[in-house]
Amino acid sequence: MANRRLAPASEQPESFAFTQENAEWAKHQIAKYPEGRQASAVIPLLWKAQEQNGGWLPQKAIEAVAAELGMPKIRVLEVATFYTMFALEPVGRFWIQLCGTVPCDSCGARELKGMLEKRLGPPGHVSADGNFSWLEVECLGACCNAPMVQINQDYYEDLTPESLSQLMDDLAAGRPVKIGSQTGRTSSEPQGGANTLTDETLFDGSRVGAWRKRFEQAKEGEGAEATTPPAKTGEAESATQQAATAPRPAKPDAGRPVERTASDAPAQRAADGEEPVKPEDRADAAERGQSIAKHGSARPGDADALDSPAKRVAEGEPAAGEESRQELPGRDIPPPPPEATGASEAVEEKLDSAPEKK
Amino acid sequence: MLADQDRIFTNLYGLHSPGLDVAKKRGAWDGTKFLLEQGRDWIIEEMKASGLRGRGGAGFPTGLKWSFMPKKSDGRPHYLVVNADESEPGTCKDREIMRHDPHLLIEGCMLACFAMGAHACYVYIRGEYVAEKHALQKAVDEAYEARLVGPNNVHDYPFDIYVHHGAGAYICGEETALIESLEGKKGMPRLKPPFPANMGLYGCPTTVNNVESIAVAGTILRRGAAWFAGLGGKNNTGTKLFCISGHVNTPCNVEEELGITFRELIDKHCGGMRGGWDNLLCSIPGGSSVPLVPAEQIIDAKMDFDTLRNLGSGLGTAAVIVLDKSTDIVGAIARISYFYKHESCGQCTPCREGTGWMWRVLTRMAEGRAQKREIDMLFEVTKQIEGHTICALGDAAAWPIQGLIRHFRPEIEKRIDRYSANPHSDPVPMAAE
Repeated sequence: MANRRLAPASEQPESFAFTQENAEWAKHQIAKYPEGRQASAVIPLLWKAQEQNGGWLPQKAIEAVAAELGMPKIRVLEVATFYTMFALEPVGRFWIQLCGTVPCDSCGARELKGMLEKRLGPPGHVSADGNFSWLEVECLGACCNAPMVQINQDYYEDLTPESLSQLMDDLAAGRPVKIGSQTGRTSSEPQGGANTLTDETLFDGSRVGAWRKRFEQAKEGEGAEATTPPAKTGEAESATQQAATAPRPAKPDAGRPVERTASDAPAQRAADGEEPVKPEDRADAAERGQSIAKHGSARPGDADALDSPAKRVAEGEPAAGEESRQELPGRDIPPPPPEATGASEAVEEKLDSAPEKK
Repeated sequence: MLADQDRIFTNLYGLHSPGLDVAKKRGAWDGTKFLLEQGRDWIIEEMKASGLRGRGGAGFPTGLKWSFMPKKSDGRPHYLVVNADESEPGTCKDREIMRHDPHLLIEGCMLACFAMGAHACYVYIRGEYVAEKHALQKAVDEAYEARLVGPNNVHDYPFDIYVHHGAGAYICGEETALIESLEGKKGMPRLKPPFPANMGLYGCPTTVNNVESIAVAGTILRRGAAWFAGLGGKNNTGTKLFCISGHVNTPCNVEEELGITFRELIDKHCGGMRGGWDNLLCSIPGGSSVPLVPAEQIIDAKMDFDTLRNLGSGLGTAAVIVLDKSTDIVGAIARISYFYKHESCGQCTPCREGTGWMWRVLTRMAEGRAQKREIDMLFEVTKQIEGHTICALGDAAAWPIQGLIRHFRPEIEKRIDRYSANPHSDPVPMAAE
């Protein structure tokens, strides 16, 4: 989790109100969501407030958004502190976000970081001329064009320390810069041009509608072919059959990497010739003499299989009392101590007197 | 190599205009009305038969997911939410779809909404993708203008599509966190059940799909499930966008058949491995959250869901991060750990505390400033986090570390030995935090 706080009071502006134009824009955004769900527009509105306030979000703006959407202030504050793209402290005119996650890191983001540190000082610090501030952020999603930075809203990709430095000079001086790749790539194609997607027929419209042939053929074939419904077999049987040839996992593993090749479905076990669970087996598995049924009464199915007190009661045996307890070793009788000369009589006495104590 | 005719994203590199007229020439919006006339059940059956597995990481069959939506509305509206919060490190494919082939996505949204009885669709784009948001919004406006979508469109199915913009939180890529965020809250995942198909956005039945899963729908329905299922292998059908980054000669995005081997993928599209194949150390084949696979295992492996899962890793989003022998592998995994520490939403204790703990220990291990028994302790802790959190971020934070320990334990031990061979004034710390 990122630890994010509002800027100190000394940096907070006195007030904040949306401009006329932005207020109109906000209404348009709120209209995207169903009646009564205007809270959904909180992120777009905070974005607009941040944009209007020179790239960072003061407390008053958060409160203004809350008022606009009829939300408690704390809910909007929660949102503003949760999402890392809301800058809670002033930033430079050009806010540089350097991607430092593994794909960029392995392609030279560390050198860019070193350059920025040398040129601008520690992250989060606005340079003396107010032009730049920078921060290392997590993956910006342009990994095929690593390393890259985002400056305000634009991506600058395929950078080297030199080209980033040059880019910063150009931005500061107000010279036009090229957004995107700095090495001449259009987007994420391989450097030097792709060897795919070269077929002209993909683009001249000659393939539009070609797929309809399939439907026309199917329509023609429909009359000739009499459709017979597939023979019905037991579902369990067919699942067992299928499991023998094509094992499938019992349930989707949600993409988790698990190291198993065979599946562990009941149908698979049946196909492998494993004995299914029988009631008798279940009875053996359960501890004898103890009912697993809740509230003292066995379930109808269990009564046949289990040797439970409830079952014994049902069969007319006396309920567990003095008599049955004597079969079991009494808990309050200490186990016989090891034989020791001289003390054996005393122990016997103690044993005899023990049941009387009850 | 996949033939150009079988590629779905024909403007992947943006060499042509993303505009509506040009997109139509490339086959978007071609006979959409005809497809809708085939009926809901036909669409879902075709999607099921195509074997398309979700492209967002988990690989859940898309057609099956669509079929979970209630057949009849109980009075609540249905929603489709498209997950364009692409933030898995290494992944940069949805971005290309949104800025270069947006009409395929919009058409796919319409088809999916029709199949699920939804009349509204929200596309949740990650905050950093400002240009992509504008590109998609432009395409949506074009579609409204041409009356392809909207309340009174040429397809006779009222359908609205809205572009929603996030603000930078990896966790919002998780479907329930995304829904929370879309409702204007912090992006903290919800417990399931109830599943979004019953109780999603605004408490209504909702399906959340990845951009790529939705964008391929139109082409699959046009060309047929059999065509799509004929590509790739059994249970791993179709084409997939691969994002190859790291130490290859020319990193790129490329659409390929599932089941292409790692070697072929790199040789054909990325100009080969930097410094030759002997220089390959390992690869993280599915975005940062899957365990790494060492060179000898990955090099001739098929890139598909099942093969990689059997290698103890996963295809994930098919974001292939290639690392060569110059990589500080312990440091790289420590950097991934830092990512998860930064992106943990803080809701579940094992993840909130565990991600930071793992990062601190790994950072010391990268320098060798650790005890050898801590390696087992670290592995044990990853097992304690895995599966004990509401969402899969805890798992995602644990797996890369498990992969590291499984395959590169000698490397960690070597560093510890090297560090302890030299005299130091500070005692070597031990994780007791």
